[in-house]
Amino acid sequence: MRLLTHNMLSSNIKGVTNGFPLRMEVGKVVEKTVDFNADFLRNMFAKVEWNALVEGSKALGYFELPDNVESSMLESDEFLHKFHHALLELHLEQGALICPETGRRFPVSKGIPNMLLHEDEV
Amino acid sequence: MCIMIPKIAQIPLVSSHPEVYDPCDDSFALVDALLADRANLLEHQPSICMEIGCGSGYVITSLALLLGGNSSAYYIATDINPHAVRVTQETIEAHGCHVELVITDIASGLEKRLNRLVDVLVVNPPYVPTPEEEVGCSGITSSWAGGVNGRDVIDRILPVADKILSDRGWLYLVTLSENNPLDICLQMRRKGYASRIILQRSTQEENLHIIKLWRDSETLLEENECMGLKKTNRVKNMNPIPFPQVSVWGCDSRNNR
Ligand SMILES: C[S@@+](CC[C@H](N)C(=O)[O-])C[C@H]1O[C@@H](n2cnc3c(N)ncnc32)[C@H](O)[C@@H]1O
Repeated sequence: MRLLTHNMLSSNIKGVTNGFPLRMEVGKVVEKTVDFNADFLRNMFAKVEWNALVEGSKALGYFELPDNVESSMLESDEFLHKFHHALLELHLEQGALICPETGRRFPVSKGIPNMLLHEDEV
Repeated sequence: MCIMIPKIAQIPLVSSHPEVYDPCDDSFALVDALLADRANLLEHQPSICMEIGCGSGYVITSLALLLGGNSSAYYIATDINPHAVRVTQETIEAHGCHVELVITDIASGLEKRLNRLVDVLVVNPPYVPTPEEEVGCSGITSSWAGGVNGRDVIDRILPVADKILSDRGWLYLVTLSENNPLDICLQMRRKGYASRIILQRSTQEENLHIIKLWRDSETLLEENECMGLKKTNRVKNMNPIPFPQVSVWGCDSRNNR
Protein backbone atom coordinates (compact mmCIF):
# COMPACT_ATOMS: atom_id res chain seq x y z
CA MET A 1 0.00 0.00 0.00
CA ARG A 2 1.39 3.33 -1.11
CA LEU A 3 1.08 6.42 1.05
CA LEU A 4 -1.10 7.82 -1.73
CA THR A 5 -3.64 5.10 -0.89
CA HIS A 6 -3.27 5.70 2.84
CA ASN A 7 -4.11 9.30 1.98
CA MET A 8 -7.36 8.20 0.31
CA LEU A 9 -8.56 5.92 3.14
CA SER A 10 -10.61 6.83 6.16
CA SER A 11 -12.36 4.83 8.85
CA ASN A 12 -15.72 3.62 7.53
CA ILE A 13 -17.18 2.48 10.85
CA LYS A 14 -20.74 3.62 11.44
CA GLY A 15 -20.94 6.74 13.58
CA VAL A 16 -17.26 7.70 13.31
CA THR A 17 -16.91 11.38 12.44
CA ASN A 18 -13.13 11.85 12.61
CA GLY A 19 -11.92 8.86 10.67
CA PHE A 20 -9.00 10.51 8.89
CA PRO A 21 -6.10 10.01 8.75
CA LEU A 22 -5.79 6.42 9.83
CA ARG A 23 -2.81 5.83 12.10
CA MET A 24 -0.30 3.28 10.93
CA GLU A 25 1.00 0.30 12.78
CA VAL A 26 4.13 -0.66 10.91
CA GLY A 27 5.28 -4.25 10.56
CA LYS A 28 7.22 -4.16 7.32
CA VAL A 29 7.99 -1.38 4.85
CA VAL A 30 9.22 -1.99 1.30
CA GLU A 31 10.54 0.46 -1.27
CA LYS A 32 9.76 0.04 -4.96
CA THR A 33 11.24 2.26 -7.64
CA VAL A 34 8.62 4.05 -9.74
CA ASP A 35 9.17 6.13 -12.91
CA PHE A 36 9.28 9.81 -12.07
CA ASN A 37 6.50 11.86 -13.66
CA ALA A 38 6.44 15.54 -12.68
CA ASP A 39 3.08 16.26 -14.33
CA PHE A 40 1.41 13.44 -12.42
CA LEU A 41 2.88 14.71 -9.15
CA ARG A 42 1.70 18.28 -9.78
CA ASN A 43 -1.71 16.87 -10.54
CA MET A 44 -1.83 14.77 -7.36
CA PHE A 45 -0.53 17.56 -5.17
CA ALA A 46 -3.92 19.28 -5.17
CA LYS A 47 -5.65 16.04 -4.22
CA VAL A 48 -3.42 14.99 -1.35
CA GLU A 49 -3.90 15.95 2.31
CA TRP A 50 -0.42 17.18 3.07
CA ASN A 51 -0.35 16.69 6.83
CA ALA A 52 -1.51 13.12 6.51
CA LEU A 53 1.23 12.46 3.96
CA VAL A 54 3.91 13.95 6.20
CA GLU A 55 2.74 11.95 9.21
CA GLY A 56 2.44 8.82 7.10
CA SER A 57 5.93 9.17 5.69
CA LYS A 58 7.36 9.68 9.19
CA ALA A 59 5.58 6.53 10.34
CA LEU A 60 7.34 4.67 7.53
CA GLY A 61 10.70 6.15 8.52
CA TYR A 62 11.05 8.93 5.94
CA PHE A 63 11.62 12.40 7.39
CA GLU A 64 12.48 14.52 4.35
CA LEU A 65 9.07 16.05 3.58
CA PRO A 66 8.61 19.67 4.73
CA ASP A 67 5.81 20.24 7.24
CA ASN A 68 4.52 23.24 5.34
CA VAL A 69 4.04 23.44 1.61
CA GLU A 70 2.89 25.87 -1.01
CA SER A 71 2.29 25.29 -4.67
CA SER A 72 5.39 27.28 -5.71
CA MET A 73 7.43 24.33 -4.41
CA LEU A 74 6.15 22.32 -7.36
CA GLU A 75 8.76 24.15 -9.44
CA SER A 76 11.56 22.59 -7.41
CA ASP A 77 12.97 19.33 -8.70
CA GLU A 78 14.35 18.48 -5.30
CA PHE A 79 10.93 18.85 -3.68
CA LEU A 80 9.21 16.85 -6.42
CA HIS A 81 11.62 13.96 -5.97
CA LYS A 82 10.94 13.82 -2.24
CA PHE A 83 7.20 14.04 -2.85
CA HIS A 84 7.50 11.27 -5.47
CA HIS A 85 9.39 9.01 -3.08
CA ALA A 86 6.97 9.49 -0.20
CA LEU A 87 3.80 9.27 -2.25
CA LEU A 88 4.61 6.36 -4.53
CA GLU A 89 7.75 4.44 -3.58
CA LEU A 90 7.21 3.70 0.11
CA HIS A 91 4.82 0.82 0.76
CA LEU A 92 3.33 -0.47 3.97
CA GLU A 93 3.67 -4.19 3.32
CA GLN A 94 2.59 -5.61 6.68
CA GLY A 95 0.91 -3.85 9.54
CA ALA A 96 -2.39 -2.18 10.21
CA LEU A 97 -4.39 0.99 9.85
CA ILE A 98 -5.94 2.23 13.07
CA CYS A 99 -9.16 4.22 13.27
CA PRO A 100 -8.20 7.43 15.14
CA GLU A 101 -11.55 7.58 16.89
CA THR A 102 -12.29 3.99 17.93
CA GLY A 103 -8.87 2.34 17.77
CA ARG A 104 -10.30 -0.39 15.48
CA ARG A 105 -7.48 -2.15 13.58
CA PHE A 106 -7.74 -2.69 9.82
CA PRO A 107 -5.05 -5.23 8.92
CA VAL A 108 -2.65 -4.66 6.03
CA SER A 109 -1.26 -7.91 4.69
CA LYS A 110 1.00 -8.34 1.64
CA GLY A 111 0.47 -4.64 0.96
CA ILE A 112 -3.34 -4.87 0.89
CA PRO A 113 -5.54 -3.17 3.48
CA ASN A 114 -8.72 -4.96 4.53
CA MET A 115 -11.50 -2.44 5.23
CA LEU A 116 -14.31 -4.99 5.56
CA LEU A 117 -16.50 -4.28 8.57
CA HIS A 118 -18.20 -6.59 11.04
CA GLU A 119 -21.99 -6.59 11.00
CA ASP A 120 -22.28 -4.39 14.07
CA GLU A 121 -19.99 -1.74 12.53
CA VAL A 122 -21.98 -1.09 9.34
CA MET B 1 3.84 -1.90 -42.52
CA CYS B 2 3.64 -2.31 -38.80
CA ILE B 3 0.29 -1.80 -37.11
CA MET B 4 0.47 -1.09 -33.41
CA ILE B 5 -1.95 -3.30 -31.54
CA PRO B 6 -2.82 -1.83 -28.15
CA LYS B 7 -1.87 -4.09 -25.31
CA ILE B 8 -4.39 -5.67 -22.96
CA ALA B 9 -4.03 -8.36 -20.29
CA GLN B 10 -2.98 -11.76 -21.62
CA ILE B 11 -5.12 -14.68 -20.50
CA PRO B 12 -2.16 -17.00 -19.74
CA LEU B 13 -0.85 -14.35 -17.33
CA VAL B 14 -4.20 -13.88 -15.56
CA SER B 15 -4.07 -15.64 -12.22
CA SER B 16 -6.97 -17.70 -10.84
CA HIS B 17 -8.45 -19.25 -7.73
CA PRO B 18 -11.48 -21.56 -7.25
CA GLU B 19 -13.33 -18.81 -5.37
CA VAL B 20 -12.60 -16.05 -7.91
CA TYR B 21 -14.49 -15.15 -11.09
CA ASP B 22 -12.43 -15.98 -14.19
CA PRO B 23 -12.53 -13.58 -17.14
CA CYS B 24 -15.66 -14.40 -19.10
CA ASP B 25 -17.80 -12.96 -21.93
CA ASP B 26 -18.78 -9.97 -19.78
CA SER B 27 -15.17 -9.19 -18.90
CA PHE B 28 -14.16 -9.44 -22.58
CA ALA B 29 -17.07 -7.22 -23.61
CA LEU B 30 -15.99 -4.55 -21.12
CA VAL B 31 -12.36 -4.63 -22.26
CA ASP B 32 -13.46 -4.58 -25.92
CA ALA B 33 -15.55 -1.50 -25.15
CA LEU B 34 -12.54 0.16 -23.48
CA LEU B 35 -10.39 -0.72 -26.49
CA ALA B 36 -12.96 0.75 -28.86
CA ASP B 37 -12.99 3.91 -26.76
CA ARG B 38 -9.21 3.98 -26.38
CA ALA B 39 -8.61 7.10 -28.48
CA ASN B 40 -11.04 9.04 -26.27
CA LEU B 41 -9.47 7.61 -23.12
CA LEU B 42 -5.99 8.64 -24.22
CA GLU B 43 -7.19 12.13 -24.98
CA HIS B 44 -9.03 12.23 -21.64
CA GLN B 45 -5.73 11.75 -19.76
CA PRO B 46 -7.30 10.41 -16.57
CA SER B 47 -5.26 10.91 -13.44
CA ILE B 48 -7.25 8.57 -11.18
CA CYS B 49 -8.66 5.29 -12.57
CA MET B 50 -10.62 2.86 -10.46
CA GLU B 51 -12.31 -0.51 -10.70
CA ILE B 52 -14.98 -1.74 -8.28
CA GLY B 53 -15.16 -5.56 -8.13
CA CYS B 54 -11.83 -6.39 -9.81
CA GLY B 55 -12.15 -10.23 -9.65
CA SER B 56 -9.21 -11.74 -11.53
CA GLY B 57 -7.76 -8.32 -12.35
CA TYR B 58 -8.25 -8.82 -16.09
CA VAL B 59 -10.09 -5.53 -16.61
CA ILE B 60 -8.02 -3.11 -14.51
CA THR B 61 -4.78 -4.61 -15.87
CA SER B 62 -6.09 -4.16 -19.41
CA LEU B 63 -7.08 -0.57 -18.67
CA ALA B 64 -3.62 0.21 -17.29
CA LEU B 65 -1.95 -1.43 -20.31
CA LEU B 66 -4.13 0.16 -22.96
CA LEU B 67 -3.57 3.58 -21.44
CA GLY B 68 0.11 2.85 -21.88
CA GLY B 69 2.08 2.64 -18.69
CA ASN B 70 1.39 3.52 -15.16
CA SER B 71 3.34 6.60 -14.31
CA SER B 72 0.77 9.12 -15.51
CA ALA B 73 -2.19 7.87 -13.48
CA TYR B 74 -3.12 6.38 -10.13
CA TYR B 75 -4.89 3.02 -10.48
CA ILE B 76 -6.91 1.62 -7.60
CA ALA B 77 -9.21 -1.41 -7.45
CA THR B 78 -11.47 -2.96 -4.83
CA ASP B 79 -13.22 -6.26 -4.30
CA ILE B 80 -15.26 -7.61 -1.41
CA ASN B 81 -13.67 -11.04 -1.88
CA PRO B 82 -10.15 -11.14 -0.37
CA HIS B 83 -9.14 -14.01 -2.69
CA ALA B 84 -10.06 -11.87 -5.69
CA VAL B 85 -7.85 -9.03 -4.51
CA ARG B 86 -4.89 -11.41 -4.10
CA VAL B 87 -5.49 -12.87 -7.56
CA THR B 88 -5.69 -9.36 -9.03
CA GLN B 89 -2.38 -8.57 -7.36
CA GLU B 90 -0.76 -11.58 -9.07
CA THR B 91 -2.29 -10.70 -12.44
CA ILE B 92 -1.06 -7.12 -12.25
CA GLU B 93 2.45 -8.15 -11.24
CA ALA B 94 2.63 -10.74 -14.04
CA HIS B 95 2.03 -7.87 -16.48
CA GLY B 96 4.59 -5.57 -14.86
CA CYS B 97 1.97 -3.00 -13.84
CA HIS B 98 1.07 -1.46 -10.54
CA VAL B 99 -2.45 -1.05 -9.17
CA GLU B 100 -3.28 -0.22 -5.57
CA LEU B 101 -5.75 -2.65 -3.99
CA VAL B 102 -8.24 -2.50 -1.15
CA ILE B 103 -10.46 -5.27 0.19
CA THR B 104 -13.76 -3.54 0.81
CA ASP B 105 -17.47 -3.35 0.07
CA ILE B 106 -17.80 -1.23 -3.10
CA ALA B 107 -15.67 1.82 -2.13
CA SER B 108 -16.28 1.88 1.60
CA GLY B 109 -13.42 3.70 3.34
CA LEU B 110 -12.43 5.41 0.08
CA GLU B 111 -15.61 7.35 -0.71
CA LYS B 112 -14.88 10.33 1.50
CA ARG B 113 -11.44 11.13 0.23
CA LEU B 114 -12.08 10.10 -3.37
CA ASN B 115 -15.04 12.48 -3.45
CA ARG B 116 -15.16 13.92 -7.00
CA LEU B 117 -11.65 12.67 -7.86
CA VAL B 118 -12.12 9.60 -10.07
CA ASP B 119 -11.73 10.27 -13.80
CA VAL B 120 -12.40 6.75 -15.05
CA LEU B 121 -14.44 4.13 -13.18
CA VAL B 122 -14.97 0.63 -14.59
CA VAL B 123 -17.48 -1.80 -13.09
CA ASN B 124 -18.50 -5.32 -14.05
CA PRO B 125 -20.87 -5.93 -11.15
CA PRO B 126 -22.67 -9.08 -10.02
CA TYR B 127 -25.66 -8.65 -12.33
CA VAL B 128 -27.40 -12.04 -12.55
CA PRO B 129 -31.00 -12.09 -11.28
CA THR B 130 -31.01 -14.43 -8.26
CA PRO B 131 -32.94 -14.96 -5.04
CA GLU B 132 -32.28 -12.09 -2.68
CA GLU B 133 -30.48 -14.20 -0.08
CA GLU B 134 -27.67 -15.11 -2.49
CA VAL B 135 -26.46 -11.51 -2.74
CA GLY B 136 -23.29 -10.86 -0.77
CA CYS B 137 -22.75 -14.53 0.10
CA SER B 138 -19.10 -15.23 0.61
CA GLY B 139 -16.90 -16.55 -2.18
CA ILE B 140 -17.75 -17.12 -5.82
CA THR B 141 -21.54 -16.67 -5.47
CA SER B 142 -21.05 -12.98 -4.71
CA SER B 143 -19.36 -12.55 -8.07
CA TRP B 144 -22.61 -12.98 -9.97
CA ALA B 145 -25.57 -12.89 -7.54
CA GLY B 146 -27.47 -9.67 -8.16
CA GLY B 147 -30.84 -10.23 -6.44
CA VAL B 148 -34.14 -9.10 -7.99
CA ASN B 149 -33.54 -8.10 -11.63
CA GLY B 150 -29.83 -8.39 -10.84
CA ARG B 151 -29.95 -4.82 -9.59
CA ASP B 152 -29.07 -5.10 -5.87
CA VAL B 153 -25.36 -4.34 -6.12
CA ILE B 154 -25.69 -2.10 -9.18
CA ASP B 155 -28.18 0.10 -7.32
CA ARG B 156 -25.76 0.42 -4.42
CA ILE B 157 -22.85 1.25 -6.74
CA LEU B 158 -24.58 4.03 -8.72
CA PRO B 159 -24.81 6.58 -5.85
CA VAL B 160 -21.20 5.83 -4.90
CA ALA B 161 -20.14 6.38 -8.51
CA ASP B 162 -22.00 9.69 -8.52
CA LYS B 163 -20.09 10.69 -5.41
CA ILE B 164 -16.56 9.75 -6.46
CA LEU B 165 -16.62 10.61 -10.18
CA SER B 166 -14.83 13.86 -10.96
CA ASP B 167 -16.53 16.59 -12.99
CA ARG B 168 -15.02 15.05 -16.09
CA GLY B 169 -15.41 11.47 -14.81
CA TRP B 170 -16.54 8.57 -16.97
CA LEU B 171 -18.23 5.38 -15.76
CA TYR B 172 -18.16 2.18 -17.83
CA LEU B 173 -20.75 -0.29 -16.51
CA VAL B 174 -21.59 -3.83 -17.61
CA THR B 175 -25.30 -4.67 -17.57
CA LEU B 176 -27.69 -7.34 -18.85
CA SER B 177 -31.03 -6.64 -20.53
CA GLU B 178 -32.65 -8.10 -17.39
CA ASN B 179 -31.07 -5.24 -15.38
CA ASN B 180 -33.06 -2.75 -17.49
CA PRO B 181 -30.18 -0.59 -18.75
CA LEU B 182 -32.68 1.98 -20.02
CA ASP B 183 -33.91 2.51 -16.48
CA ILE B 184 -30.31 2.83 -15.22
CA CYS B 185 -29.63 5.52 -17.81
CA LEU B 186 -32.84 7.38 -16.93
CA GLN B 187 -32.07 7.20 -13.23
CA MET B 188 -28.59 8.62 -13.81
CA ARG B 189 -30.00 11.20 -16.18
CA ARG B 190 -31.93 12.65 -13.26
CA LYS B 191 -28.58 13.18 -11.56
CA GLY B 192 -27.25 14.98 -14.64
CA TYR B 193 -25.55 12.18 -16.51
CA ALA B 194 -25.51 11.66 -20.23
CA SER B 195 -25.14 8.07 -21.33
CA ARG B 196 -24.48 5.86 -24.29
CA ILE B 197 -24.60 2.13 -24.89
CA ILE B 198 -21.13 1.73 -26.37
CA LEU B 199 -21.29 -2.01 -26.90
CA GLN B 200 -24.03 -4.57 -27.14
CA ARG B 201 -23.29 -8.27 -27.40
CA SER B 202 -25.45 -11.36 -27.29
CA THR B 203 -23.91 -14.59 -26.15
CA GLN B 204 -25.67 -17.93 -25.77
CA GLU B 205 -26.88 -17.04 -22.29
CA GLU B 206 -26.77 -13.29 -22.01
CA ASN B 207 -27.54 -10.05 -23.77
CA LEU B 208 -24.80 -7.72 -22.54
CA HIS B 209 -24.78 -3.92 -22.69
CA ILE B 210 -21.79 -1.77 -21.80
CA ILE B 211 -23.01 1.66 -20.74
CA LYS B 212 -20.77 4.70 -20.65
CA LEU B 213 -22.01 7.50 -18.39
CA TRP B 214 -20.61 10.98 -17.83
CA ARG B 215 -21.68 14.18 -16.12
CA ASP B 216 -23.19 16.61 -18.56
CA SER B 217 -24.23 20.08 -17.51
CA GLU B 218 -26.77 20.31 -20.32
CA THR B 219 -28.48 17.11 -19.21
CA LEU B 220 -28.71 18.47 -15.70
CA LEU B 221 -30.22 21.73 -16.93
CA GLU B 222 -32.75 19.94 -19.08
CA GLU B 223 -33.70 17.69 -16.19
CA ASN B 224 -34.20 20.64 -13.90
CA GLU B 225 -36.38 22.34 -16.47
CA CYS B 226 -38.46 19.22 -16.76
CA MET B 227 -39.13 18.86 -13.08
CA GLY B 228 -42.58 20.39 -13.57
CA LEU B 229 -45.48 19.18 -15.69
CA LYS B 230 -43.39 18.31 -18.68
CA LYS B 231 -41.60 15.61 -16.81
CA THR B 232 -44.48 13.16 -16.76
CA ASN B 233 -44.99 13.59 -20.47
CA ARG B 234 -41.39 13.08 -21.26
CA VAL B 235 -40.93 9.96 -19.22
CA LYS B 236 -44.09 8.57 -20.77
CA ASN B 237 -42.80 9.38 -24.21
CA MET B 238 -39.42 7.90 -23.62
CA ASN B 239 -40.44 4.54 -22.28
CA PRO B 240 -41.88 2.99 -25.43
CA ILE B 241 -38.82 3.82 -27.52
CA PRO B 242 -37.20 0.50 -28.39
CA PHE B 243 -33.67 0.30 -27.10
CA PRO B 244 -31.47 1.42 -29.98
CA GLN B 245 -28.15 -0.19 -30.80
CA VAL B 246 -26.35 2.99 -29.90
CA SER B 247 -28.26 5.57 -27.98
CA VAL B 248 -27.09 8.95 -26.84
CA TRP B 249 -28.73 11.08 -24.24
CA GLY B 250 -27.33 14.42 -23.30
CA CYS B 251 -24.82 15.96 -25.66
CA ASP B 252 -26.69 14.88 -28.71
CA SER B 253 -30.05 14.23 -27.18
CA ARG B 254 -32.12 16.28 -29.61
CA ASN B 255 -31.79 13.57 -32.21
CA ASN B 256 -33.37 11.04 -29.95
CA ARG B 257 -36.57 12.79 -29.12
C1 LIG C 1 -18.85 -10.34 -12.49
S1 LIG C 1 -17.44 -10.33 -11.43
C2 LIG C 1 -16.32 -9.32 -12.39
C3 LIG C 1 -14.87 -9.60 -12.13
C4 LIG C 1 -13.88 -8.85 -13.05
N1 LIG C 1 -13.98 -7.43 -12.90
C5 LIG C 1 -14.14 -9.22 -14.49
O1 LIG C 1 -14.69 -8.38 -15.22
O2 LIG C 1 -13.79 -10.33 -14.89
C6 LIG C 1 -17.96 -9.24 -10.11
C7 LIG C 1 -16.92 -8.98 -9.02
O3 LIG C 1 -17.47 -8.04 -8.07
C8 LIG C 1 -17.14 -8.46 -6.76
N2 LIG C 1 -18.14 -7.90 -5.84
C9 LIG C 1 -19.39 -8.37 -5.59
N3 LIG C 1 -20.01 -7.59 -4.69
C10 LIG C 1 -19.13 -6.61 -4.36
C11 LIG C 1 -19.17 -5.49 -3.45
N4 LIG C 1 -20.26 -5.25 -2.71
N5 LIG C 1 -18.08 -4.71 -3.36
C12 LIG C 1 -16.97 -4.96 -4.10
N6 LIG C 1 -16.87 -5.99 -4.96
C13 LIG C 1 -17.94 -6.80 -5.10
C14 LIG C 1 -17.11 -9.96 -6.83
O4 LIG C 1 -16.34 -10.51 -5.78
C15 LIG C 1 -16.52 -10.20 -8.22
O5 LIG C 1 -15.12 -10.30 -8.16
